[in-house]
Amino acid sequence: MSDFEPKIVAFLCNWCSYAGADLAGVSRYQYPTNTRSVRVMCSTRVSSHIVLELLKEGADGVMITGCHIGDCHYMSGNYYTEKRVAMMKKLLELAGMDPNRVRLEWVSASEGEKFANVVTDFVNQIKELGPSPVRKDDKLMNRLEAATEAAKYFRLKVLNGKDIKLTEKGNVYGDILDSGEFDKLMENAAEDEFLRSLILQLTKDEAFSVKELAKEIGKSTEETLEHIVSLRSKNLLALDRIDDMTPRYKAILVGGA
Amino acid sequence: MSNEEIRIGVFICHCGTNIGGFVDVPAVTEYVKSLPDVVYVTENLYTCAEDGLSNIRGTIKEHNLNRVVVASCTPRTHAPLFQSTCESAGLNKYLFTFVNLREHCSWVHMKEKDKATEKAKELVRMGVARVRLLKPQEEARIEVESSALVIGGGVAGMSAAISIADMGFPVTLVEREAELGGFVRNLGCLWQGRQDPIEALQPMISKVTEHRNIDLCLNSEMLTADGFIGNFDITIDTKDGQVSKKVGTIVVATGALEYLPEGFYGYETYDNVVTLTEFEILAKNNKLPKVSSIAFIQCVGSRGQDKTYCSRICCNVAIKNAINLADNWKNMLGLEGEEGEAVEAIPVEKKAPEEVLERRRSRRRGRRGGREEGEGEEAPAARKEKLDIAIFNRDIMSYGVEHELNFNKAREKHIRFVRYTPTNKPKVLLQDGKLVIDYWHETLQLQRQMPVDMVVLSTPLIGQPDSRVLSKMLKVPIGQEGFFLEAHVKLRPVDFATDGIFVAGTCRGPADIPEAVSQGLAAASRAAIPLARGYVQPETLTAFVQEDICTGCGTCIEVCPYSAIRKNEDDIAEVIVAACKGCGCCGATCPEGAIMMSHYTDEQLLAEAKAALQEVLQ
Repeated sequence: MSDFEPKIVAFLCNWCSYAGADLAGVSRYQYPTNTRSVRVMCSTRVSSHIVLELLKEGADGVMITGCHIGDCHYMSGNYYTEKRVAMMKKLLELAGMDPNRVRLEWVSASEGEKFANVVTDFVNQIKELGPSPVRKDDKLMNRLEAATEAAKYFRLKVLNGKDIKLTEKGNVYGDILDSGEFDKLMENAAEDEFLRSLILQLTKDEAFSVKELAKEIGKSTEETLEHIVSLRSKNLLALDRIDDMTPRYKAILVGGA
Repeated sequence: MSNEEIRIGVFICHCGTNIGGFVDVPAVTEYVKSLPDVVYVTENLYTCAEDGLSNIRGTIKEHNLNRVVVASCTPRTHAPLFQSTCESAGLNKYLFTFVNLREHCSWVHMKEKDKATEKAKELVRMGVARVRLLKPQEEARIEVESSALVIGGGVAGMSAAISIADMGFPVTLVEREAELGGFVRNLGCLWQGRQDPIEALQPMISKVTEHRNIDLCLNSEMLTADGFIGNFDITIDTKDGQVSKKVGTIVVATGALEYLPEGFYGYETYDNVVTLTEFEILAKNNKLPKVSSIAFIQCVGSRGQDKTYCSRICCNVAIKNAINLADNWKNMLGLEGEEGEAVEAIPVEKKAPEEVLERRRSRRRGRRGGREEGEGEEAPAARKEKLDIAIFNRDIMSYGVEHELNFNKAREKHIRFVRYTPTNKPKVLLQDGKLVIDYWHETLQLQRQMPVDMVVLSTPLIGQPDSRVLSKMLKVPIGQEGFFLEAHVKLRPVDFATDGIFVAGTCRGPADIPEAVSQGLAAASRAAIPLARGYVQPETLTAFVQEDICTGCGTCIEVCPYSAIRKNEDDIAEVIVAACKGCGCCGATCPEGAIMMSHYTDEQLLAEAKAALQEVLQ
């Protein structure tokens, strides 16, 4: 434990956090060597699936840093980042991975010391959590895969993108959602999509019955059936065969895999 | 290009001892030789020095390199230099990657050479992984409409407008008020002596009104602005109706307001407590009350109170007014001579003339002191031969070349400078109908009281409360303090991050007149560059749409902060390259994954990040 040196990927936005990290360097604030920085133009560039992908690859932690809310170089970019990270954490939780392995921090160009502190703190936090369990845990890997697929999926991305519109300008009927309501909506959507991705994940190679699936995803048979119906209506899942009155479903693989 | 063999050259910099002293550069170099597709690795003492640069140029040709990685300092300062070096050797500048071994490694891990060296190896490995996937980009040329728009007719805006107009480009100057001059119109005098600011500005105002290249719109406001550098479509609401125009560049110089010290020092409660700007207006209109002592309190509401910043100019302004009062108080207070009008007191509810009051929030009428209106004016009898002036300050910041001398001059004139600390601020009290400042005397270590007739509160300049409207319209950011935010605090002080829009004057932070003028001129020269050149070549760090995947859902149009995406005739998203700033918001939210960021594709980002995890993978 004590000699565990975590591998952490840190995404830094070009305008604030990268400059803040530069300032930490210029000011010689010392911090642990565990982070590997990737420069992006804006924290909003960091798609959920990129972060989840890195965790799948065995990263012990992923940090995303951006300008403070209100100071974004691109005006509203970091607002979407904030919401997206909340969604990532929800997906991680569903997948059974500690959401504290992902951290979002606002570091401005003048906060060199803060950058050093944030990195130090995050490294300590990850040391406490220990090495990433993914490589030793196939089930977790499968669930993370499902989370990644859910993150890439239309519904979650569109919700993330419509956030400001729905909470500030209103939908086509002029209804404005309050942001608590919206976050709830987002959370439910994340859970639905995660479970559906997980069903597809499980049924990729093998046909499952509703009961078996319900057990695997930890939901009631009724709820599981609802997801199955939804997936079937989207042509993502099909009835594979009926074993002695029990229908078994299998994912429809797109792209000839 | 895709089938071409990838040949990467890596240039690792010692930066003197800045990197070499804390990272084992030869070991990094040795390691990098083993990375795929790396055909050349070298170390330089200073890669950015001429021999380092000519080494890059020479090696690109000699070794036929088609990718270059420089591992040295920060791309924020040095990327343009190395990119142009690559270009001069015939290599597309987008085939270059920067690895930061100094700010992000050697300087922050100065006591862990082994670990820092390991990190350096991995950072270079990440850079190599990224550069392999980079694609050359061509920068498009976009024609520029050769005219400019200046918003705001204060000193900064007027300076900018005249400067651009003198260069021969048509300028539209939009001013909300009926007259030019901006905040300076409030001032009583420019500096010591009684030079009328409007008189001093008159040559500038005349030049603006008479310039044949300047179209002046007074009583006018911006309604809409669309488009991008070189091609902004704007509409202005003028007194003669709406006017639409096309301009190439925009200068924002909308100025500032003064902060109202509600809740500070009895401002809402006592007569004769005014702000510094109100004092200036009263002095200008010869409406100062007949007082025999006056105290200025500095840093009211600023520096960690309601506002965090220092408003910079107030020390100098208070000293100016104190010196003027010391020299000329009988005239200024209307006690003798032809100047001045005897006003007894400045009541709470009407401290400033209408011209200022109407711009402000209506102020809650507070308790009046012990004194009834119009009663108890016994002061003239006891009038002394000298006006007592005190400046309560946390510390005097008389910045600027000549101002320290004025500070000394003020002390020679026996103006009292009384220091206070933020934890032990003076209090303004009303005792027997008279204002008293209750303060801690630092030298005597005693609580003291100073009776005064008038208190002037030096409050900071604040951003215009309605700047958000303009911020949304022009897609330029406002910082936490409510001022417009420039692209880079040090190196691009008058540019906005949005190309073709510039900022000058007090709308980006407190400034005095010469500073506002300099910024106006600076913004003008920046704004004129695209106009003079006639075209722009925006960086191609932009989004692009894979049309066969796009479903036209419009989410990207929703999230784009620059309105840089529109639907084309096939109802498919289309990126306006000149307007796109490449933030990547659309790419990350596109539900179909149809939008990619050139130069920052998912593939490139993942390759770079995954290269950091290689050990883990093995």
